[in-house]
Amino acid sequence: MEKVLLQMKGIEKEFPGVKALDGVSLNAYEGKVMALLGENGAGKSTLMKIVSGVYKRTAGEILFEGKPVHFKNTRESQEGGIAIIHQELNLIDHLTIGENIFLGREPRNAFGVIRWKALYEEAEQLMQSLGMRENVKAKVADLSIGKKQMVEIAKALSIHAKLIIMDEPTDALTDKETESLFAVIRALKAQHKSIIYISHRLKEIFEICDDVTILRDGTFIAESPVSEMDESRLIEMMVGRKLEDLYPRLEVEIKAPILEVKNLKNKHIRNINFNLREGEILGIAGLMGSQRTELAKTIVGAIASESGEIFLRGTRKRFKNTGEAIENGITYVSEDRKGDGLILSMSVKENMSLSALKKMSVAMVINKREESEKTESMIESMSIKTPSVNQRVKNLSGGNQQKVSIGKSLLTGPDILILDEPTRGVDVGAKKEIYELMNQFKKKGMSIIMISSEIPEILGMSDRVMVMHEGTVSGILEIKEATQEKIMKLAIGSREDLN
Amino acid sequence: MNVKLKSTLVKYRSIIGLILFSLIISLLNDRFLTLSNISNVLRQTSINSIIAAGMTFVILTGGIDLSIGSTLAFTGATSAFMIFSGVHPLLAVFFSLLLGLGLGMLNGVIISKGRLQPFIVTLATMTILRGATMVFTNGKPISTGYDAYGELFNKIGEGYIFNIPNPVLIMIAIFSFGYFILKNTTFGRYVYALGGNEDATELSGINVDRIKIFVYGINGLLAALAGIIITSRLSSAQPTAGSGYELDAIAAVVLGGTSLAGGVGSILGTIVGALIIGILNNALNLMNVSSYYQLLLKGLVILIAVLLDRKQK
Repeated sequence: MEKVLLQMKGIEKEFPGVKALDGVSLNAYEGKVMALLGENGAGKSTLMKIVSGVYKRTAGEILFEGKPVHFKNTRESQEGGIAIIHQELNLIDHLTIGENIFLGREPRNAFGVIRWKALYEEAEQLMQSLGMRENVKAKVADLSIGKKQMVEIAKALSIHAKLIIMDEPTDALTDKETESLFAVIRALKAQHKSIIYISHRLKEIFEICDDVTILRDGTFIAESPVSEMDESRLIEMMVGRKLEDLYPRLEVEIKAPILEVKNLKNKHIRNINFNLREGEILGIAGLMGSQRTELAKTIVGAIASESGEIFLRGTRKRFKNTGEAIENGITYVSEDRKGDGLILSMSVKENMSLSALKKMSVAMVINKREESEKTESMIESMSIKTPSVNQRVKNLSGGNQQKVSIGKSLLTGPDILILDEPTRGVDVGAKKEIYELMNQFKKKGMSIIMISSEIPEILGMSDRVMVMHEGTVSGILEIKEATQEKIMKLAIGSREDLN
Repeated sequence: MNVKLKSTLVKYRSIIGLILFSLIISLLNDRFLTLSNISNVLRQTSINSIIAAGMTFVILTGGIDLSIGSTLAFTGATSAFMIFSGVHPLLAVFFSLLLGLGLGMLNGVIISKGRLQPFIVTLATMTILRGATMVFTNGKPISTGYDAYGELFNKIGEGYIFNIPNPVLIMIAIFSFGYFILKNTTFGRYVYALGGNEDATELSGINVDRIKIFVYGINGLLAALAGIIITSRLSSAQPTAGSGYELDAIAAVVLGGTSLAGGVGSILGTIVGALIIGILNNALNLMNVSSYYQLLLKGLVILIAVLLDRKQK
């Protein structure tokens, strides 16, 4: 009989005007990994904020180690034995690994002076128990994201957490880093730690989780052992309907090149030669650090090029800034919605109209009616779920934010759309909607460059695949000849033994 | 409390605060709520609020400008010098405003092209301009003179139209115009966007440097306008004029609910903030509180107001 560590029953949470959670249950068992699944907006983060004491529940019961608990803040929940590792890691870059692990809980002597030796010794032990041989006096800034995550886990272990919650832990990891994370998770299980694992990547659920809890629209759908589930059933339960084909690739007639890039070079990229044909989706694959985003930003003029040429419909162009690229019909949709994609303090409408605002104004005065009409019809045609155009974009789910970001580009009337990781952090249902939108653009004759780290997505949606490796193009494949293996080989830079 | 009523109260909290504050003072002192005193308060507030209007633009972009007190003194001195030298007041005003605009834009150029912190850049230009004013005036006041041009120039600050002091009318015009720009123009929208997220604004195809140069330019222009009004009211330019005014302006902006981080706030809040400071000064004067205590109390009121505001959010 498995032992329940955390038991949440009938949890309800009301925000002014919205019921975010309604009768949700969640259990975490000792020595097991519980997957928490649900689309963006299903209530996963709200639920986790209730566990950790950030939010107060409206109703329901939480039992931890069999006793009812009411954590008022994260400090209390930490002391109770619950640690959360957020998607955006909570580390201070210019402090050392050891300092980060013990931040605010440094071992001190009777005079309140930090016992550095003890701190670093203990930090080293913790890191070693995770199979890490890093120097614990090294700055966190110099670590890869995978290693930073290990520091977070060490931090969780240092507070003797019995329950560790991981929110999308593999989102920014390479395959190898993911493997070592899974090894650590297995080790934690062996130490009877309980883990709640939130991820959109269904494959990982089957690999590392024992049980799965599914939420949809703030309600509890099911809890089940993973072994009794399969991928399509999970998706069905998450989105509440059947999803036939995840990648609805559309075959259209592909015409002459619209964009040609020749010998483009700056400090990020070199020897870039490729073209984009009218009506196609050119997928760009590559590992982290392959400089795909930098290439895209160089094309639209956000990063300056040192040499090389860009031809648009045969005419040579040089964009000094993104504004000029937009005027010439090329727009870039950022991979990083919070970083440089959206302005979170502004409304949905203000975000969407931003790039096209000049077109909606006369002598700098905005035609507000035109702005509202255009954004409203865009919201409708993209089926963006928002209570109103004046809603702050911050309050939208990831998928809807992504659509707002794409909508902003569309309102400029582009011929070429560069989508950087268009489905990152987006749930399955919204993913499919974004693919459908891309198909609509194709039908209208738009050309798309799609940068993606998900090879199935690249293979599923592209007409051609360009692979990058450390700032160069390592190969361009027609979709018919492209396979996962070929793309991976090119991505790690081995060009010779292709075929 | 009903949710809608509560959100309305929160939205207009600074105005409600202002009204309550005025009510309390009028109960404490019967001279406060007289027409002449109100006109007086408004005129005294006009200088700070005109500067604070420009500061609102800068702070909305996430910037700060410490140099405007010095800009005010410098442009005040040049306008007085021109009047004294027999330049027509219209021309003198025009050139001084242009100078303020140019000095402000120079701040913007250094900040945006040099990729420097606004705090440091304007701290430096604050010192440079104060020095330049001292050099220019030789440390002494410059009189505007008492000829026809001098008299005409002095009307700007001293005159009335329909019994309303000119500076108050100028203030109202500036705020109406500022409100229109922030609400209805592309430039205004870009100001908010820039303060909300600079990288995203730039990637959206907006020339971020240009916006920065303009907001600091506006701030310099309005500082020059304030400098002209002060010079005209005193019939002379003081080399030490405007020192510390930048801080009063920042206080008014923050009291008005604009976030120092940028992206959030409104220019109408700023005028409320400036009025709170102005009324407080006036009330303490009416009650014969010593100016030493006035400073102390002013600081405390600002601190308490900002803390209360923080709690609301």
